Amino acid sequence: MRNWVYILVAFAVIYLIRVLPLTLIRRPIRSRFLRSFLYYVPYVTLAVMTFPAIVEATNVPLAGVAALAVGIAVSWFNGSLLTVAAACCAVVFVLEMIL
Amino acid sequence: MAEKQTKRTVFLEGFRDGIPIALGYFAVAFSLGIAARNAGLTAFQGFIASTLCVASAGEYALFTMIGAGATYLETAILTLITNARYFLMSCAMSQKIDPKMPNAHRYLFGAGVTDEIFAITIARPGRLEPMYNYGAMAVSVPAWAVGTALGIIMGNLLPVRAVSALSVALYGMFLAIIIPPMKKSLAIALCVIVGFASSWAAGAYLPLSAGTRTIVLTVGLSSLAALLFPREEESGDA
Repeated sequence: MRNWVYILVAFAVIYLIRVLPLTLIRRPIRSRFLRSFLYYVPYVTLAVMTFPAIVEATNVPLAGVAALAVGIAVSWFNGSLLTVAAACCAVVFVLEMIL
Repeated sequence: MAEKQTKRTVFLEGFRDGIPIALGYFAVAFSLGIAARNAGLTAFQGFIASTLCVASAGEYALFTMIGAGATYLETAILTLITNARYFLMSCAMSQKIDPKMPNAHRYLFGAGVTDEIFAITIARPGRLEPMYNYGAMAVSVPAWAVGTALGIIMGNLLPVRAVSALSVALYGMFLAIIIPPMKKSLAIALCVIVGFASSWAAGAYLPLSAGTRTIVLTVGLSSLAALLFPREEESGDA
């Protein structure tokens, strides 16, 4: 039951974030700081959530480190979402077979 | 662009552009399902959560909070933080909306503002056509929801090694979003590098939960970046 409340809380927040600007804001955000802050948020938050979590997600930590390195390399050369995700999985699968 | 497009044509165009997105979503949602399973969600709960939220990092944060037994307030704050980018994307999209568009459309297609759908919407020339977004949502959202449910159901049927391998898919997707812009922006490059380093340091030396750590570091580092590297003008990139 508690899980449903969590899901509804997340949905309410995320829905408002998406829909409020579409319905209320009819002109661009003026505050330079706020615009800049919002611009950088996704990069910081995704970076923080990725490392060191990726290393802790695998059975063998070294495989997680390798997945991080390969993920960065493939992303650097503009691998698509699917390509990068698949490359990370493949590296962990192969390395954990050997290690 | 045809001079006059029927709603059906525009919907099918969105559907077509949504297919590659759906394939990517399915694989990533599967690994998200594993995270949901670890947090104790049923397949049905995961299906509904994904249908409603349609957010990778946001749902991952949600499942982490559920797993950690966080408070609803903490969950709301972290959801706000991890999905703040959709606010910015919706702001950008609002500039492409015909002022005469009925609000009902805004309430509906607004539910499906994701990184990828935002990208194809902005890339499409002219005014925003809600039918295009509905087409893209019609194929990608079910793939996301079914992928999550299957991840929860099959996560424990798969060998441990396969689960371990799939659990990094989500992080791979995050990397695919944050790494390429590093080449063009020193500020973003610093955000990512300092983000990695401080996340590791905070995890090792500060007694904070993963959720609190994410909130504190995101607000702190993004503010710092905004002060040091304020952005001159609006840009249409994701």
